Amino acid sequence: MSIDSPVAGAAASGHEVGKREMLVASHVTMRFGGLVAVDDVSLTVHTGEIVGLIGPNGAGKTTFFNCLTGLYKPTSGEVRFADRLLPPKPRQVVVAGMARTFQNIRLFPNMTALENVMVGRYCRTSSMAVTSILRGPKYRREEAETRERAVELLEYVGMKGQGGHLARNLPYGDQRRLEIARALATDPQLLLLDEPTAGMNPQETRQAEELIFKIRDSGMAIVVIEHDMRFIFNLCDRVSCLVRGKTLVEGTAAQVQSDPRVIEAYIGSPEGEDGAENA
Amino acid sequence: MTFFLDQLLNGISLGALYALIAVGYTVVYGIVQLINFAHGEVFMIGAFGALSTWIVLGTVTGGSTAWWNLPLMLVGGMVVAVLTAVLMERFAYRPLRNAPRLAPLITAIGISIFLQEFVRLFFGEIPGFPDAKAAIPFPQIDFFTGDPVNVGGVLVHRGNFFVIGALIVCWAFLWWFVNRTATGRAMQAVSQDPDTSRLMGIDVDRIIVVAFAVGAALAAVAGVAHGLRYGNIDFRMGFLAGLKAFTAAVLGGIGNINGAVVGGLTLGVVEAMATAFMPGQFGGPSWKDVWAFVLLILILVFRPQGLVGAKVVDRA
Repeated sequence: MSIDSPVAGAAASGHEVGKREMLVASHVTMRFGGLVAVDDVSLTVHTGEIVGLIGPNGAGKTTFFNCLTGLYKPTSGEVRFADRLLPPKPRQVVVAGMARTFQNIRLFPNMTALENVMVGRYCRTSSMAVTSILRGPKYRREEAETRERAVELLEYVGMKGQGGHLARNLPYGDQRRLEIARALATDPQLLLLDEPTAGMNPQETRQAEELIFKIRDSGMAIVVIEHDMRFIFNLCDRVSCLVRGKTLVEGTAAQVQSDPRVIEAYIGSPEGEDGAENA
Repeated sequence: MTFFLDQLLNGISLGALYALIAVGYTVVYGIVQLINFAHGEVFMIGAFGALSTWIVLGTVTGGSTAWWNLPLMLVGGMVVAVLTAVLMERFAYRPLRNAPRLAPLITAIGISIFLQEFVRLFFGEIPGFPDAKAAIPFPQIDFFTGDPVNVGGVLVHRGNFFVIGALIVCWAFLWWFVNRTATGRAMQAVSQDPDTSRLMGIDVDRIIVVAFAVGAALAAVAGVAHGLRYGNIDFRMGFLAGLKAFTAAVLGGIGNINGAVVGGLTLGVVEAMATAFMPGQFGGPSWKDVWAFVLLILILVFRPQGLVGAKVVDRA
């Protein structure tokens, strides 16, 4: 019943950043008409590594995610995933092994928590309408596995026994966790988390942190967008700061945290300098 | 009293026919927010498919009308209807997936005319098939078209059993399919949030094809039911039936499967009752369509979300 690892056979005991490059995004640019939302951003993520993506609102973080997941086709630049050029369709991206959660929770509101997770498994089964109706042995085996795996994943994210609730009736923190469970159900190798603790209280944030560590320790690569700096600096091996679509700084959490340009981007430049500019 | 029950039953069986077609509108709408106005033609093609199956069978059986012809005709009708709907989706609607709403609507009218004319002109050209330019007698399967059955003093036309039974079976099947299978789960997901479904690895295009196919299969059943009930079919039968079924779908709440069934039955009963009981010149068969659409207008004014409520396919 218990599973240590959402990735089969990839359980890692201590935390070690893997050598393997999971995701290599190079010079990704996304233009909407005259607006350059993402401007020449490069990012590399290794297995077993958590990379943070920070930046003020409108810096292009979510747009960058959308470029990675095939929702947008980058104007230029390329994204390689597990040494292969990433296919441009969201479905193929999921099949290739990249899953995501959303800044604004996007669960299927009128389905139960369990069903939400089971939908995540859909791309890993061979079920078709005809086999669904005929219910051959293969379909029944897959369906049983899907259900079993969904129950396990709910337990894994700390929602044991809550599978029967409709997603829209779940408390906010559980909805965020359910999104992670649903993403894990697609058997990803890279997990993209878009503000996983937005709107959470400190206790829920701590739980989310533990969950993300647990997933990282299973050998998965993780990219996380966050505004909660303490969360980011606790969690991430590396941090990249985007400002107005450009990578401002990239480095370890400590480096980025102390970089004056990052502080400036978030809280603006000291008053004296403003005065000097105006003069 | 007997007259009333007679009319009620008449209305229910008519309503069941509408409901079977209405489900097709509603399932497709629930998945892609598209009103497939050519769905009435799928119903017509289903009936012709069943007829063709019977004619082909007849070359072996010598035109037998025993009960076992019926399941074969149903399968034949379904295959032809599903094929038509799937091709329609693939070549007419899919290229317009991101076009303005008006474009697929106009396309639907084009498909309707194309399918009607295709059947009218070419059905009779097939060796051994009757000319389809006028109504064609539909094979009367003994078991469902024999003498009326006496149920508690009410004489019931046997075709009514078929159409009501078909509705119950199809409704139960659909509920099971949507709520208890992997494909149904994916359909619910797509109807609730297509973009997220895509990002969760669901092949949305395939789910849309499934929605069209399911609707077409039920329309084919309705086509056979129509043939048994009225004794003949013609290439124009899809137009008014499709319009009425669309009305039924809106009446119940478009996008909601239960709504389509409730809407269909309501429409059928109102039509039958208005025909039988409206006084003077406002009663009788010539006014039945008027009352059907008056009901639609009333519902749209006072309860625009429909009787059951407009909801997506979820929770069938």
